[in-house]
Amino acid sequence: MDKTIAQATVSVDQEGYLTDFSQWNKEIGTEIAKEQGIEMTDKHWEVIDYIHDKFKKEEPLSIRGIKKSGVLNIKEFYALFPGGPLKKATMIAGIPKPKSCI
Amino acid sequence: MKNLVILGAGTAGTMMSNHLVSKLPKDEWQITVVDQYKTHYYQPGFLFLPFDIYTTKQVKKKGAKFIPKGVNYINEKIELIQPEENKVQLDNGTELHYDILIIATGTKIAPEEVEGMDGPEWHKSIFDFYTYEGAKALRDKFREWEGGKLVVHITEMPIKCPVAPLEFAFLADSYFKNKGMRDKVDITFVTPLGGAFTKPKATQALHHLLENKGIKEVTDFNIERVDYENNKIIDYAETEVPYDILVTVPTNMGDALIERSGMGDDLNFVPTNKATLQTDDHENIFAIGDATNLPASKAGSVAHFEAEILTENILRYINGEPLKEEFDGHANCFIETGGGKALLIDFNYTHEPVEGTFPFPGVGPLNLLKESRTNHMGKMAFRWIYWNMLIKGIHIPFVSATMSEKGKKFEETEA
Repeated sequence: MDKTIAQATVSVDQEGYLTDFSQWNKEIGTEIAKEQGIEMTDKHWEVIDYIHDKFKKEEPLSIRGIKKSGVLNIKEFYALFPGGPLKKATMIAGIPKPKSCI
Repeated sequence: MKNLVILGAGTAGTMMSNHLVSKLPKDEWQITVVDQYKTHYYQPGFLFLPFDIYTTKQVKKKGAKFIPKGVNYINEKIELIQPEENKVQLDNGTELHYDILIIATGTKIAPEEVEGMDGPEWHKSIFDFYTYEGAKALRDKFREWEGGKLVVHITEMPIKCPVAPLEFAFLADSYFKNKGMRDKVDITFVTPLGGAFTKPKATQALHHLLENKGIKEVTDFNIERVDYENNKIIDYAETEVPYDILVTVPTNMGDALIERSGMGDDLNFVPTNKATLQTDDHENIFAIGDATNLPASKAGSVAHFEAEILTENILRYINGEPLKEEFDGHANCFIETGGGKALLIDFNYTHEPVEGTFPFPGVGPLNLLKESRTNHMGKMAFRWIYWNMLIKGIHIPFVSATMSEKGKKFEETEA
C-alpha cells in the first residue's frame, strides 16, 4: 500500500516497512523515527549507516552483530531505539524487518 | 584411489556415508568418516528424557553400528581443515588428504556466551536439554521438584529444532498435570522472537495452545545475563523474569573446528549455497545439516532432505556436470503438544507451514497444523524410523526431498 511520508509517496507493507529501498531518503527516515517517538541524532544516523551497509552487502542483521559492529554496544542500541531496537532501526532505515526466520 | 572425507558422524554425516557407499565405485573411491565420539545419540529423544518418557538407553547407540561396511570410520578429534591444501589434520597428528570434503559437524550449545549461564548453577537450577547430560540432569531434578516457577527460554536464533522449546513447555504442562501438581508449577515461555515461533501462520496456532495450557509468554526478550544469585534472567531492556528452574536453549554455534579453520561466520556456521549445498568458498567442499548457514531449520528432517540432493550433487560434481539447484529448505516436524497429541508442520524457504494432510493429499493419515493423536503416534514411531531407516539412508516412502504442494491449503507465500 502507499503512504505519504515527508511529502513523498512510498509503498509500505502492513507494518509500515518500506517495500522499495530506492524510495528512501533521510527525510523519510526522520519522519518514520518521529512516528516511533524517536528524535534522530548523529549517533542514530551512524547506526542507520551501519544497517545500510549490512543491507547492501546482503548480510543478516542481528543483536549479536551489533556487538561486533564497532559502532555501539547492545545497551546503547536499546537506549537509542527503545523497545525493539532492531525492528525500529530497520523501519527507519527503510529496509525490510529482519527475519530471524529459521 | 580418490578420497571422500566426511567430518562428523551425526545424523547428516552418517546418512551421507550410507548414501554414498552404494553410489561411488569402490575401486575408485575410499570414503572416510571422522567423529570424536563413539556414541550416536537420538537427539530428538532428549526432549522426552527429562519427563521420563524415554529411557537413557532409548536415545543412544554405538555409532559404528550405523556406518556401512567399506567405509573407513575414524574415532578421533579433528584439529584443522586446510582447504587450500585439501587436507584435514586430526588431533593425533594424522593427516587426511581429500578430493571431496563434506562438513557435517553440526551445532553445539554455547552457554558461555551469556554471562552467568554457565556458572555455578549450571545443571543445578539452570539446565539445557540439548545435550544428553543436560536432559538427564533435568530429569533427576524434575523427579524431586516440589514446584515453583519454571521458565523455558531461548537465548538467540538460530537454534537447532526451533519447535523443541515449545514442545518442552507443552510436555512440562502435561507432566506436572499427571503428577497432580500443575497448580504448584508456574510455566513461562521466554523468547527473543515477537511470537511463539518463527513462522507467522504456525505462531497463531501455537499461541492458542500456550494460552489454553496456561503457559505465559514473554516475547522480544533479548537476554543480557543470568543473575543466578537472585534467580532471574535480565534482558537488554532491563526486563526481568524470575525462575526457580531455568530451562534454557543457549546460543547455538557451529563446531570450534570451523572457527579454527577460518571457515565460518559469526556463529561458526559454514557459508553454503542454499540450493546446491556446495560451500561458497571451495568447490570441492560441501556442507550439510546444522553445520551450514542455510536459512532453513536446523533439524534432522532437513538434513535428511538435504542428503538426497547432496548425494546427487556429489555425483554430478565428480562427473563434471553442473550442480542441481534443488534444495528448497524443506522441513517436516512433529510438534508434541502434550497429553498424547502432536501437531505436524511442513514448510520450506518460501512457504509457511500450512493446514492439510500428509503425506497423501486429502487422505493423510497425518494432519498438518492440527493437534491429533495420530500425529503423536507418528512422532513416537519416528524413533524406530530414525534408527532403522533414516540414518541408514533408506528412502522413506511417499516423503519427497522437495516439498509437495498437493493436499495443502496455501494462503500466503512470501518471497
